[in-house]
Amino acid sequence: MLSEYAFWFLSFVAVFSAAGMIFSKNPVYSVLSLIITFFAVAGHYFLLGAQFLAAVHIIVYAGAIMVLFLYVIMMLNLNKLEEEKRSLWSKSLSVAAGGILMLVLLAAVQRTDELNSIAAGEFNAAMGQTKNLGNVLYREFLLPFELASVLFLGAMVGAVYLSKKELA
Amino acid sequence: MEKLVTLIPLFPLAGFLFITFLGKGLSKNFIGGIGSGAIFLSFVVSILVFTTQMHGAHPTVVKAFDWITAGTFDIDISFLVDPLSAIYLLFITGVGFLIHLYSIGYMHDDEGFNRFIAYLNLFVFFMLILILGDSYLTMFVGWEGVGLCSFMLIGFWYKDMKNNDAAKKAFIVNRIGDLGLILGMCLLFAYTGTLRYDELFISERAIGGLPTEVATAIGILLFIGAMGKSAQIPLHTWLPDAMAGPTPVSALIHAATMVTAGIYMVARSSNLYAMTESAGDLIMWAGILTSLLGATIALTQNDIKKVLAYSTVSQLGLMFVALGMGAYSTAVFHVITHAFFKALLFLGSGSVIHGMGGEQDIRRMGGLKKHMRTTHLTFLIGTIAIAGIFPFAGFFSKDQIIAVAFEENKLMFLLSLVVSACTAFYMFRLYFLTFHGKFRGTHEQEHHLHESPAVMTLPLVVLAVLSVVGGFIGLPHAVGESMHMHWHWLDHYLDGTVVMPALHMDLNTELMLMGLATIIAVGGIYLAWLKYSKRGELALEDKDITSATHKLMLNKYWFDELYNAIIRKPVDAISKALGSFIEPKIVDGLVEGTGAATDAAGGKLRLLQSGSLFFYILAFVVGLIALLLYI
Amino acid sequence: MELYHNITINHYLVLAAVLFGMGALGILFRRNAIIMFMCIELMLNAVNISLVAFSKMWNHTDAQVFVFFIMVVAAAEVAVGLAILMMLYRNTHSTDTSVLNKLKF
Repeated sequence: MLSEYAFWFLSFVAVFSAAGMIFSKNPVYSVLSLIITFFAVAGHYFLLGAQFLAAVHIIVYAGAIMVLFLYVIMMLNLNKLEEEKRSLWSKSLSVAAGGILMLVLLAAVQRTDELNSIAAGEFNAAMGQTKNLGNVLYREFLLPFELASVLFLGAMVGAVYLSKKELA
Repeated sequence: MEKLVTLIPLFPLAGFLFITFLGKGLSKNFIGGIGSGAIFLSFVVSILVFTTQMHGAHPTVVKAFDWITAGTFDIDISFLVDPLSAIYLLFITGVGFLIHLYSIGYMHDDEGFNRFIAYLNLFVFFMLILILGDSYLTMFVGWEGVGLCSFMLIGFWYKDMKNNDAAKKAFIVNRIGDLGLILGMCLLFAYTGTLRYDELFISERAIGGLPTEVATAIGILLFIGAMGKSAQIPLHTWLPDAMAGPTPVSALIHAATMVTAGIYMVARSSNLYAMTESAGDLIMWAGILTSLLGATIALTQNDIKKVLAYSTVSQLGLMFVALGMGAYSTAVFHVITHAFFKALLFLGSGSVIHGMGGEQDIRRMGGLKKHMRTTHLTFLIGTIAIAGIFPFAGFFSKDQIIAVAFEENKLMFLLSLVVSACTAFYMFRLYFLTFHGKFRGTHEQEHHLHESPAVMTLPLVVLAVLSVVGGFIGLPHAVGESMHMHWHWLDHYLDGTVVMPALHMDLNTELMLMGLATIIAVGGIYLAWLKYSKRGELALEDKDITSATHKLMLNKYWFDELYNAIIRKPVDAISKALGSFIEPKIVDGLVEGTGAATDAAGGKLRLLQSGSLFFYILAFVVGLIALLLYI
Repeated sequence: MELYHNITINHYLVLAAVLFGMGALGILFRRNAIIMFMCIELMLNAVNISLVAFSKMWNHTDAQVFVFFIMVVAAAEVAVGLAILMMLYRNTHSTDTSVLNKLKF
């Protein structure tokens, strides 16, 4: 019962704060709304038994990525955005396109009824635990894992190079 | 011991790579040493491998590496060691080594020395692959490889357009033959599902199920391949032109080894040819025609290398006569002895050319025996050997062919005697005109005359010795038995590897044939002596020739002109027509039309690239929606 | 199939679809590059939710590993993306993408 309520609560929080992120005028508020969304998503991970991912999610997204966003906003001093001049036509077009995409996706989900007929497997409570995930990550996915570290290195070098003052 | 066989082609390959990539700036003697040393190592290993086959055939397949693997279909590069390949190995690496050694002296002043030695090494590598391959496919790799090396070496002095033309001619004529070979291989594979000798001929006898007509077709197609490589009518025209290459090349590739690849291939396929009469007949007739043609043309040529080239064509023809009659071991025997004396003659002629400062016309030579003693002596031995005088090598092998012809087909017998007489005549004509009489060259040339250095004469001496004793590996059957000497060793050696003809000849017939062959040869020599030495006649200048037959022969029966007229001219004409109409109108129209259409479409499409990020994202999302709806 | 009390996989898929659609809408609706970036993060998260739900459904960890790698890529992307954004701001003194219309023929 409790988990059912939790699901609805977290989902509403996620969707509303996402909407807040999109429609807020001040980018700082956008960032804060998005952080709330991320916390809600992390809550979902907990509900789904992926404890490790939930922790990583908060650390990486809320802790690192969003702070990075805030930093950039601070450095660029973007407290108030100059109002975007856009025609009504393009605004309505974008809302229409986004809305249709959402509807199509929902329709697609509704057609996946057969998913509900799949029998529940034996639930493995330990699945999402760090130990379990680590075993999979360092055995089966060792090579992608190492490649990911190379990717990070590349991204780091790229970021440093791009933000060097002399370039501008 | 057989495992060592993979080393044999590796040495020349290593030599080639070393000289090509690291050879720059090293001294010529060092490069020459590397090149010949590589072949010598191969030779040593070949001897070791050969000893495993000495006492009874002991075929072994040694796998080198996987080549193509796709599902259940896989081809690996494997080497087959059996008596046939072992003996080929022996003389290819042996003669190859001597010729490498000789090249060090012959090419010493050439600026392309490194390139030359590298190509020679590469050639030997491919030749060994050809011989060692355990399937037609592997053999084909070597087959094409030697063709390539032959092309590069004929056109070695590429600054002279004439040489390039000769190289192209050799390459193109060989392509025609190769097409036959490929088709033959395809047909064989289509019917039997394998190209391995072992599965085809021995362990599974896959050729057993072939219908006779198919076997004949395969045999003929394979022979077309052999025709190209071994210069048989009508694909013989490239070989004489191939003499444009340096003389060691002529000796190694166009006399001793590569041109005998066709004989090797037919001998290898002897089980196939044993199934069909008509393919054998075709080979026999092509062989004897080529042989007669080569021999008669050689009578009139005045270029020392051209004479030898036509002589090679003629001898190859004789080998095919033997093959056509089913005497495969006899053909192989002649291949070996021929390799010895023809390499010797070519190297000798090279030594003469070297001494004469590049002169090749025998009308400008004469009296060289005083100046070039070693060359003269060894050349004489080679000449006697090819003429077929007892007990020189050529005598035994040629006599065996004549004996087989006597048994099988009396017409062949007569024609091969004619060839034999011609051979003796033109070889001694060459010998007398070159080494006897007075010197007819310029004063400058006479002053320059000198014997070649030891590095060139040593191979001559070794080859001369081999030309003398080489025949003893195949004494005639009846004679050998009557002397209680089991020295018709080669037949025993090759028994089981190639199909053996059943020859039953008594001692008297055999002796009679040997006598007859000797008399014919001596007769030819006598005539040559009478004409060119006693009477001191000289070969006529081209413009003084009046007799029609002489002209016909001098101009090589106008084969080149014939091919020009019936093949090249029409092709040229068609090309011209295509070039003037189809090309500008249709092909160009299509090509340019495509370009114009793309250009126009691009001009319209570029308007879509508005540069607006919003538009791009919108298009992206709409596309995504369309995609999802479609699913 | 119920993942837990009364909540099925469909619930999660609907949630993911809604979040994804909102992300797409945001990208279309806003012109500010920073907000657009955040919308991309939102879309990635929507996908992650569905992946974790599937992982629960099949009792298999592979999907979770997948999520892990998506996070890795997202982090790298943000680092580089924000650096580009800095450059952009230095050159145009704006984070509005509508000024970026030079890339056309």
